[in-house]
Amino acid sequence: MNKASSSYAIGVDVGGTFTDVFFLNEATGHCEVAKVPSTPGDQSQGFIEGIRQKVTDFSDVSTVVHGTTVGTNALLERKGAMTGIITTAGFRDVLEMRRRDRPNTWGLWGQFEPVVPRNFRLEVSERTLADGTIRQKVNPTEVQNAARELLCLGAKSVCIAFINAYANSENEQIALQALREIWPNNYIGASSDILPEIREFERTSTTTLNAYLQPTVAGYLHKLETALKDDGFDGQVLIVQSNGGVMTVETARKLPVRTALSGPAAGVIASAHIAVEAGFPNVITCDMGGTSFDVSLVAEGKSALAAQSNIDFGMTVRTPMIEITTIGAGGGSIAWVDRGGLLQVGPESAGSNPGPVCYGLGNDRPTVTDANVVLGRINANKPIGGKLEQLDVEEAKKAIETHVAIPLDLEVMAAAEAIIRVANSKMAGAIRLVSIERGYDPKNFSAMPFGGGGALHTGALIKEVGLQSALVPRYPGINSALGCTIADMRHDFVQTVNGILKTLDMVSLDSKLSDLAAQGLKLLTDAGVSFESHDVLFELDMSYLGQTHTVDVPLPLNFDGGKIGVSAEVIHSAFVTRYQEVYGRPLEGIPVRILNLRVSTIGRRPKFDLGLLAPEDGISLNDTRTGTRNVWFDGAFHETGVFDRLPMSIGTQVPGPAILEQPDATICIEPDLQGRVDRFGNLIITRKEGS
Amino acid sequence: MIDPVTLAVLKGRLEQIADEMDATLFRSAFNPIIAEAHDASHGLYHATTGATLVQGKSGLPIFVGAMSFAVKAVIGKAARDGDLAKGDVYIFNDPYDGGTHLSDFRLVQPFYRDGKVFCYLASVGHWHDVGGNVPGNYNPVATECFQEGMLIPPVKLFRKGELRQDIIDILQANSRLPGSLYGDLNGQINALDLGMRRMAELLDEYGDTVVAQVLVELPKRAAKLMAANISELPDGTYSAEDYLDNDGIKDTPLKIALDLTINGDQMKLDFSRSSEACAGPVNISLSTAIASIYVATKHLFTEVPANAGVLEPIEVIIPETSLLNVRAPKPVGGYTETILRIIDVIFCALADVAPERVNGCAYGTINALSLAGHRKDGSRWVMFSFFGGGHGGHPEGDGLNHGNAPISTATIPPAEILEAAYPVMFTKWALRPDSGGPGRHRGGLGAIYEIELLEENADVFLFGERGKFAPPGVVGGQPAALNKFTYQQDDGDHIPPLVSKMVGIKLKKGQHVHLETPGGGGYGHPHERDPKSVERDIALGFVSPEKAIDDYAVVLDANGGLDLGKTTELRKAMQS
Repeated sequence: MNKASSSYAIGVDVGGTFTDVFFLNEATGHCEVAKVPSTPGDQSQGFIEGIRQKVTDFSDVSTVVHGTTVGTNALLERKGAMTGIITTAGFRDVLEMRRRDRPNTWGLWGQFEPVVPRNFRLEVSERTLADGTIRQKVNPTEVQNAARELLCLGAKSVCIAFINAYANSENEQIALQALREIWPNNYIGASSDILPEIREFERTSTTTLNAYLQPTVAGYLHKLETALKDDGFDGQVLIVQSNGGVMTVETARKLPVRTALSGPAAGVIASAHIAVEAGFPNVITCDMGGTSFDVSLVAEGKSALAAQSNIDFGMTVRTPMIEITTIGAGGGSIAWVDRGGLLQVGPESAGSNPGPVCYGLGNDRPTVTDANVVLGRINANKPIGGKLEQLDVEEAKKAIETHVAIPLDLEVMAAAEAIIRVANSKMAGAIRLVSIERGYDPKNFSAMPFGGGGALHTGALIKEVGLQSALVPRYPGINSALGCTIADMRHDFVQTVNGILKTLDMVSLDSKLSDLAAQGLKLLTDAGVSFESHDVLFELDMSYLGQTHTVDVPLPLNFDGGKIGVSAEVIHSAFVTRYQEVYGRPLEGIPVRILNLRVSTIGRRPKFDLGLLAPEDGISLNDTRTGTRNVWFDGAFHETGVFDRLPMSIGTQVPGPAILEQPDATICIEPDLQGRVDRFGNLIITRKEGS
Repeated sequence: MIDPVTLAVLKGRLEQIADEMDATLFRSAFNPIIAEAHDASHGLYHATTGATLVQGKSGLPIFVGAMSFAVKAVIGKAARDGDLAKGDVYIFNDPYDGGTHLSDFRLVQPFYRDGKVFCYLASVGHWHDVGGNVPGNYNPVATECFQEGMLIPPVKLFRKGELRQDIIDILQANSRLPGSLYGDLNGQINALDLGMRRMAELLDEYGDTVVAQVLVELPKRAAKLMAANISELPDGTYSAEDYLDNDGIKDTPLKIALDLTINGDQMKLDFSRSSEACAGPVNISLSTAIASIYVATKHLFTEVPANAGVLEPIEVIIPETSLLNVRAPKPVGGYTETILRIIDVIFCALADVAPERVNGCAYGTINALSLAGHRKDGSRWVMFSFFGGGHGGHPEGDGLNHGNAPISTATIPPAEILEAAYPVMFTKWALRPDSGGPGRHRGGLGAIYEIELLEENADVFLFGERGKFAPPGVVGGQPAALNKFTYQQDDGDHIPPLVSKMVGIKLKKGQHVHLETPGGGGYGHPHERDPKSVERDIALGFVSPEKAIDDYAVVLDANGGLDLGKTTELRKAMQS
């Protein structure tokens, strides 16, 4: 499949505004990037257009790796397919009843509209008990009748979600077989296949959202593959999953729910790789967009994974996802003074349309971007993204004066700086949330901004949180596309055990773990992708008997095709170690329980040498200077050098204050900070000596 | 004066400390009432007054108002004893001295700085079992607190940093579930340890003076914001009344009456017309009453920060004879039911003058249902859970189906977790049609839960409300359906004599209990509801065709479809 010469590996990240493409010529080691406008109606058009920017003959392309937001958008905009659910008698409302929550702690005005309306949720007589006993066998004819009713209603996809199917999948599998006989397409699924884990709402929701996405995602992937083939492509397409690993298109069609956070996950993967190569295995990635600020923790080169995530209120997806914490503080977040006289930033946002006041598109309330413009940190004559020619500084100033300076009795510049400080403090809170609150010391971490705006704030954030430094990648704006090309292939499995460690049959546990490992490795082999190596990870969700929350306990065991040698002693000692890490005091004399087992198989794809991105030698700092601006820091204007970032040679030292510009980002180095270009062209920001 | 930026920054930092304490306890707690239902709370309190300075955002809303009374109780105790020292931690659950009910155990610790108390940190959590006549402590027939559980006054759990194992031994000896108690207590200690560390770090970073100034300033800001909100309401006195079904002993309704007076930027809540203290456990202490007022206020004015300042412009009048202001040993175990009613009357009283702020009343009962017995191997099991219902219709739309109670943010354990842990099988876990109060914006639906016993025998206890007085609608909206509980015996299904409260129901293998919870009250007149929305409700089975015709004045054609023309005519005719 792979060609000997001139073969490209291409990463494509389709965002809301731009489609970013990263090209790696595997023969020459040469890298290039391209950015084209996204085509929201049919993302595959922008996708193809992006590749065409640098490659004319698509048969030169060996692999295309894709971070997609098609699934995410279909969920957020409720644009998936008409879906039916067939469930146990008495339980048709599980999806709509959720876990009996509400959207906000304070205020009782919540609403929730499930993706499958009640008349599309049908019941059949069947019942499995918690211990796996079949109390009532399912009748295939009843399932088929329900399916026919759903077809009449117009359902395009269907799923089966029976109570306690995690403990015994027999009834679900019989029902699935009955469905297959009459359902006109492949958009069918059973909860015991998608997520064989205890908790009916989470399992039903995940299974339902998968079915809901199947026609949309499969349709998109088909279009994409066809378009690529029409241009002569005969390589392989891989899709980034929310867990940061890639999967084949075939798997993505079956499990589209695993793409829920595909795009952002790729960005974190790239950050982790760049950070490790640059010698910073501990970073907190910071992605600042128009309305939100997303942070994610990478410790010892590994991203934290969350077991589940809510895409929206009540829209729960339980599959391992790169843990991304989002707060409502972006460039478009609106600054205001509440009636108690307290300065607030967000959660309301002007987004990108109308956007900040300085865009001149109709918003008159000041945003974080407006404050950055007024302070001189953003170049009003050269806005990022190329959508606008010029930013309106005077209007931004006026808005800050009216809405912040006058109510707080501050000068307008001080008010603008106050907005930035409050915004920084919110972002710092998000960073503390993923670090300090999880027991990680910020002193050992660096901030790694990506996206367009993050690098304006990271300097301040390292001071506010007490981080070691900031690491600004060479191309912050195309981080996700770059991440696509280096992501590993990964398959995660879960199975509920729910037994006491002391009495659990270790032989059966061993074979369960090794069966899943073998199944995962087969998926890797069948994908036809070349890997440098394979990893198999075993993990258990465990707790003391009586606790409802579990801790994830990695098992120090290897898989070589046969038994893996699991024992109660090994498990117990791994549990105690992990429990201490998470909570402090382990408890004596209380039995230990295993709730779920988890197996991950990872195929390591070859990484390209980031050194290929490095800038040329022999260019001095002065060569890159493009001008000087007055920029406001700490209560006063500072004459600040403005530099062109990309040409800066390895080893270049940039003392603050300084503003560094590049087409996809602006970097701000405050007066008490300094920058240094490392051997890959990354910029490392640290405190100046003595400050 | 402190600069506005430092104030905003430190507000966030302080809240984060309390949030982090919440998270530590939720994750490490043993009993699902804390771990899943988040029936716990943490915060920082004033060094001399005990007033709430900062409270976590994720803890149980009702505790937010109650905790300052707990800290005051400790301050009083320490002053009387004169032996407060660094490293001391007090523990207690006395509901009449800063508590709520006996299940809620409080840990209060002084935070010292340069030899002086800078502030207090406190942790509260609902323990699984604290003795008494009924497993889980919701004893609907208690007439004295001694039948509800052990009562511990403020005593030192730690003395100068040293743990007193004696205290733990006494606590454990008085619980049916000593292991769970030990685990939860440890989680609370861990949360306090963490809070102390974080507080010290923050003071080192910003300096004691600055942080102290912020702690003075924050309640001032909240008070100002609250006063600004009140002054927007027209002056006058507004009244509302509602009833509790009974006290679990005698089948007489109990009145909760409110006369709410707005005078400029001050608000007076007078509960004097409410019933006197009753024999059964639906009494509450004054601190609990004030805490529930705080919760209602925060639901109405969501942007006001959570600290003592919120209550400053609010005067509360409750006579000492009232069921809302009792002392030991009057039973208070069912305090959740009474405070839900307080919240309901506050919403109803304000409905006419602030229709844009309020919503129809939520389902209004916690429905504490417990099934307990012994397994074949002799081990004891206690399944204890609270059940959900509908939220009220509101200015922006229909009420939420199957939500949690306004006093909590609790989630319900999944049926599969309950079935895996206890010998029960749910035969129904569904939305309850026709339970939402009719209105322009319909109340959300309550739920139907039906449970079959899989072991030979079990005892069932229920502590609920709203069996006789339905959750009201507002602004012309109609009430929701009543709470309904039945239990199966050899001779068929039975309704408890006191409707929603009963102890000692004996259930045999294969028999069921059946609970139908209320929905939420409606918002606005039902005849103003878009007929298309009514049609959709019928199609989804949320509203039956019969009720649609009766409540919403819609006309259906022969096939059950909506006849829009005739509906418009009918509604017009009814109006004139």
